[in-house]
Amino acid sequence: MFAYYLRLALGSFRRNPGLTALMVFAIALGISVCMITLTSFRAASQNPAGDRAGILFAPSIDSWDPNDGYDSPQTDADTGRPVAPTMLTYRDARALYASNIPDRKVIMYKAGGIFSRNDKGMEPEYISTRMTTADFFAMFDVPFLYGGPWDAKADAGPDPVVVLSKESNQKAFAGQNSIGKTVMWHDREFRVVGVLDDFEPVPKFFDVSNGSFNDMEGAYIPFSWGQVLELGSDGNTNCWKTETIGSYLDFLNSECIFFHGWFELRTAGQQRAFRELLDNYVTEQKKHGRFPRPLNNYLYDVGGWMKRNKVVDDDNKAMVIMAFAFLAVCLVNTVGLLLAKFLNAAPASGVRRALGASRRDIFWQHLTESGVVALAGGIVGGLLGMAGIWAMRAWYGQFIDQVPRILPFDPMTFVIVVSIAVCAGVIAGLYPAWRIGRAAPASYLKVQ
Amino acid sequence: MLSMNNVSKVFRTDLIETHALRNFSLDVKAGEFLAVTGPSGSGKTTFLNIAGLLEPYESGSYKLDDIEVTSLSDDARSRLRNEKIGFIFQSFNLMPDLNVFDNVDVPLRYRRMKSAERNQRITNALEIVGLAARMKHVPAQLSGGQQQRVAIARAIAGDPKLVMADEPTGNLDSLMARQVMELLERINEMGTTIIMVTHDPELARRAHRNVQVVDGQISDFKPYEPHAPPAALATGTAPRSGATVEP
Repeated sequence: MFAYYLRLALGSFRRNPGLTALMVFAIALGISVCMITLTSFRAASQNPAGDRAGILFAPSIDSWDPNDGYDSPQTDADTGRPVAPTMLTYRDARALYASNIPDRKVIMYKAGGIFSRNDKGMEPEYISTRMTTADFFAMFDVPFLYGGPWDAKADAGPDPVVVLSKESNQKAFAGQNSIGKTVMWHDREFRVVGVLDDFEPVPKFFDVSNGSFNDMEGAYIPFSWGQVLELGSDGNTNCWKTETIGSYLDFLNSECIFFHGWFELRTAGQQRAFRELLDNYVTEQKKHGRFPRPLNNYLYDVGGWMKRNKVVDDDNKAMVIMAFAFLAVCLVNTVGLLLAKFLNAAPASGVRRALGASRRDIFWQHLTESGVVALAGGIVGGLLGMAGIWAMRAWYGQFIDQVPRILPFDPMTFVIVVSIAVCAGVIAGLYPAWRIGRAAPASYLKVQ
Repeated sequence: MLSMNNVSKVFRTDLIETHALRNFSLDVKAGEFLAVTGPSGSGKTTFLNIAGLLEPYESGSYKLDDIEVTSLSDDARSRLRNEKIGFIFQSFNLMPDLNVFDNVDVPLRYRRMKSAERNQRITNALEIVGLAARMKHVPAQLSGGQQQRVAIARAIAGDPKLVMADEPTGNLDSLMARQVMELLERINEMGTTIIMVTHDPELARRAHRNVQVVDGQISDFKPYEPHAPPAALATGTAPRSGATVEP
């Protein structure tokens, strides 16, 4: 009977093309808005750390101004306490890095420098660079096209080694295997030990302070080169204390924050021990006159870290709610249109009842029609949504690279929104289909 | 075939109650051709709707083909209606967007018949009414008489035991009316019981038996008596002399 109901539905659409188009458009409009908003929301909220999200932790220790808390008056959603800074001072980063509790540990910051080949095979170019320790690559599951990461010994040196992004390798070596070759960075020679494959976590969760959706760096160089070359941050640097900074060393020893620390803590025991380490460290530092605020440390996993940094801000969540509210309005309109359409066809249903259709038959016939309208609305809405995403890409493409990576045409989103449309359309059709199924057939037979 | 005992039906609004049928009792034998007459608003159509299981009633009992229908569910009533009753309406009630074939197909679909059997039945029914060549036409392409013949084909395609016709010639001119009436008589001759509501005394006279409904009750039984058909309906075919006559 389903095939028969489908045939009847298509016949009904041919009979009332205007009304049908109106219903399809109403659903399509709601669905397309949902699709665009969902794509934007998913881009902002996806977990790029995968199944490692629960074992990677970022510390947040309250080194800030005693009179004006960091991000005041924001409080932590779980504890209700004031939040703490999301970056570390150099001293604190180094101190935590010295811990043996984590399985892996990374301290890093964003810098930059003029990059070229030492044989003048390319035009010098300024590239953003991540100054990091060796575990970065293993901790964040970074894929390599050629070679691999440097080791802890190179960190300690620091050895003049560099890992290039795929794009930088393309520029310098036309994408060829460049392992062992040298490049110039900050007028020094660095030996290429690795070339990354595509590595574009979205959002860029390990450094949200410098833009959750910013492009990845073009090169990765051992952390200690930052101090050797006296490099400041190429991203955010936040300070609260009035200090006399006469040298780079003064700057490193100041209360200015621009370093990130990530620690791989696989067991609950390690996590507990690292929390104790944070508290003990701060308590110890207080004795030296640092950390004037009350003890207020956090250790965030990836999900908590993104929440803390409002990677998905409240506006984005509100937009999703608004989009679904708009869809609901569209569906309410569709219910009204379906009801009008079905009641208009009530005499035909009366005849069908007289010819042996049960209420159930009439109900399913009309529910099928609702489902087909919703399916059409979903497909049209999906296409409209894709057009909307294309428009967003074009707009954001003016300001940032890699927009397709951030706003993908995700086939799964299309499937999801069409499924939502069908479910919603069927739900919208329940009442009209039930109403027409309950109509007394005899009352329509004389007026058909 | 059909047995109603003291069936009552009341239509209610906030202000008034209208007794459409009052203690209505009627027996119709299998193979009978019954004409139901009466003035407008007398309850003829209400009787037909109740007899056709399209409308519930307040009290009394009703047996259709020895099945007590009072307490049947909607599904069971629909199934019974589909299998045992064919309907013919004054205004044909064909689906305008379906062609002749698909219109006749409607009741068979609800019987969940296989395609081959449906095709066979539709073809047979359309041959009986003389419209086998018009299968692909839509109702708008047919005359009124042809449309009513399609409706008759639809009513008999499922091989029902009972055909209920509500003013089947009411919207037709005399020539068309005569053809439709002849068709009903032929169907009756094949063994199908027919109950026909009509205002037309000439048509009523061609039935085996007449009942007149007044104020929701049967006021008069008019047994069929053989006679020459009126000029408008004369076909050259004599009425059946061997028809069963009920008192």
